[in-house]
Amino acid sequence: MKRMLLTGNGAAAWGARLAATDYIPAFPITPQTEIIEALANWIDNGAMNARLVTLESEHSMITAAGAAAATGVRVFSATSSQGLLYAMEMLYTVSGWRAPFVLTNVSRGLAAPITLESDHTDVMAARDSGFLQIHCATCQEVLDSTLIAYRLAEDARVRLPVIVNLDGFYLSFTREPVQLPDQQIAKEFVGRYDAENIRFRASAPVSQAVAVLGGSPYSYFRYETHLAAQNALLVYDEVAAEFNQRFGRQHNAIEEYRSDDADILFVMMGSFATKAKEAVDLLRDSGQAVGLLRPRLIRPFPTQSFQHLLGGKKGIAVIDQNLSMGMGGVLHAELSSALYGHANAPATLVSFIGGLGGRDISSEEFFEMAAVTRRAVDEGVTPAPRLLYNETELREIRKLQAVAQSEREELHNSADKPSGEQQ
Amino acid sequence: MYRIRFHGRGGQGMKTASRILGTAFFLEGYEVQDAPRYGAERRGAPIFAYVRADHAAINERGIIQHPDLVIVADDSLVPVAGAGVVTGIDAHTVLLINSDEPPELWKQRLNFAGQVFTLPVETEDRAELRFIGATCSGAAARLLGVITRASLSQAITEELQALGDAVVDKNLAKALTAYDLMEAHRGCVGTSSKVSATDYQNPAWVNLPFDDARIAAPAIHAAATSVQVNTGLWRTLRPVIDYELCNKCWWICSSFCPDGAIDVDDKGVPHIDYDHCKGCMVCVAQCPPHAIASVPEQEAQAQDAAGEVT
Repeated sequence: MKRMLLTGNGAAAWGARLAATDYIPAFPITPQTEIIEALANWIDNGAMNARLVTLESEHSMITAAGAAAATGVRVFSATSSQGLLYAMEMLYTVSGWRAPFVLTNVSRGLAAPITLESDHTDVMAARDSGFLQIHCATCQEVLDSTLIAYRLAEDARVRLPVIVNLDGFYLSFTREPVQLPDQQIAKEFVGRYDAENIRFRASAPVSQAVAVLGGSPYSYFRYETHLAAQNALLVYDEVAAEFNQRFGRQHNAIEEYRSDDADILFVMMGSFATKAKEAVDLLRDSGQAVGLLRPRLIRPFPTQSFQHLLGGKKGIAVIDQNLSMGMGGVLHAELSSALYGHANAPATLVSFIGGLGGRDISSEEFFEMAAVTRRAVDEGVTPAPRLLYNETELREIRKLQAVAQSEREELHNSADKPSGEQQ
Repeated sequence: MYRIRFHGRGGQGMKTASRILGTAFFLEGYEVQDAPRYGAERRGAPIFAYVRADHAAINERGIIQHPDLVIVADDSLVPVAGAGVVTGIDAHTVLLINSDEPPELWKQRLNFAGQVFTLPVETEDRAELRFIGATCSGAAARLLGVITRASLSQAITEELQALGDAVVDKNLAKALTAYDLMEAHRGCVGTSSKVSATDYQNPAWVNLPFDDARIAAPAIHAAATSVQVNTGLWRTLRPVIDYELCNKCWWICSSFCPDGAIDVDDKGVPHIDYDHCKGCMVCVAQCPPHAIASVPEQEAQAQDAAGEVT
């Protein structure tokens, strides 16, 4: 086992390599491209025995991934933001085929306006697709989760594709020390892909996408997929335990950080959760019993674990790096639904929206979120959802709008002049 | 924890510099985080990269707000607001600038109470600028005081080995010279103190007001607004046409210019729009009679100031 500096993208590529992936349909998009470049390079110089094919779009890429997985080979692919959305039709379709493979998503905010930086609105859009979702907070987790994801996807009790999510920039382009598993041990852990009855072959027509007219068979197939996704909770725990046994790193479905004796908890996902850890340490230094829960598994949603871990806590600050227009933070809504009516559930669940489009969240903001949540607990009144956005930021926007307005007027005036007409 | 920020222009090797320093820290047994930060810009645009190093696991992420050490590879970036060179610096910050101007002048200009060191710009040969990243990482390693020559050398070898021995050797020589140059100041970079969770500055959140869609939609209502963006600031080299040599072929330089920054007048004479020319030097390479010279931007500006160039 070698410890080396790797970017999140590098770690994702190593995950695919160590899992002995056979086939990689690819389409480049910032900030994912390095993953494909690394894999292409390894295949080119003989370090990796796989086939990489560039497709003309992400829609075709996911179709190719699903079709290849249906032949019984091990498939890896990667995308981000607009690419994930472009593939959306096929995400739902290939999960319905029950074709297992691993898709890395490098999270990036969605257009419009277009951005390159990270938030989770892209991957949340795939929430109901039938893909399972593992969210990473470190480069190490990206590599480890990729290996775990293959076991999860290919398990006979699950057999669904899995998205491994990492944040653009904050992980994708950031190097951190990563323990590189030994190739042989990784191979043993992931094991051989037993495709069971999946035997899609040339000249042997099989329809992967039967039409069912009538709600009854449709309901059967869709609900079976849901049950398989739910099975993944148990399977994930088993696989994570075995991973820990082999590699000495435990990746629970929900990461707990100084949460046992905490009365106030942050709940958030992704790499910004490590910032929350930093804030938790500082809050603890000042004598405040604050902790953090970070779900790695978003699909299936670890409902019972949350009920257990949050039972008896006073106040929860849910920080969503995503936004469902007209509703708010997705994690806040899901957590509320998981806790509703559950005995011992915390009465105060405060919603914060932060880090959209890679906007930073400062330590001071974590302190203030803890303070707001504590105040809500004391007063028994939950405040309205809060966007993390400050006076300076609004002033900057107003300045830009003023510039835009005056430029527009200037252009308008100069456009009017030649004609000499009055409005 | 050490928090270090590198500032330079796209193409000057700041990502590589941050990786060299990150790897050197790692070889010294530190936990490390290094990352470049850039958008959709090209060569010449301001970019930065950062390095964190600590003996414990690093949970901080993203942009460094309060750096202990700031390294500036290109002093023309200091006055560029968008480059954010001086963001979050205070009296404890050490500033290392690649500049011919003395540290005292920079302290005065920036009204800066911390320590400033300069890397003398030793050569007029702009080709040497490609080693500025290694030079910066070498000097930074010495100022930090916790990185040995051996670790620095190994880091450079590891990071650059794919480029061949000659490149590694040249970068090693540059970095080690800069390392030795900072000998007298070794270990002058300190680490900043932790933020307090009891006595902190309130983040001053605002309730975002509803704005009418006429205002709140991210639309640009006019054409040609990119003219407003003075990308000429990105330039490190300036293409200068020698009209004595120009054969007025009228289309080659203007067609190859990827930014449409060369205009040809009705007499077939090309004119370069220096407000928007990014200095990619494609025109210099394409011009059949070699009538376009490549002049270091700093030199060209000095000549402008002296009234030698109109």
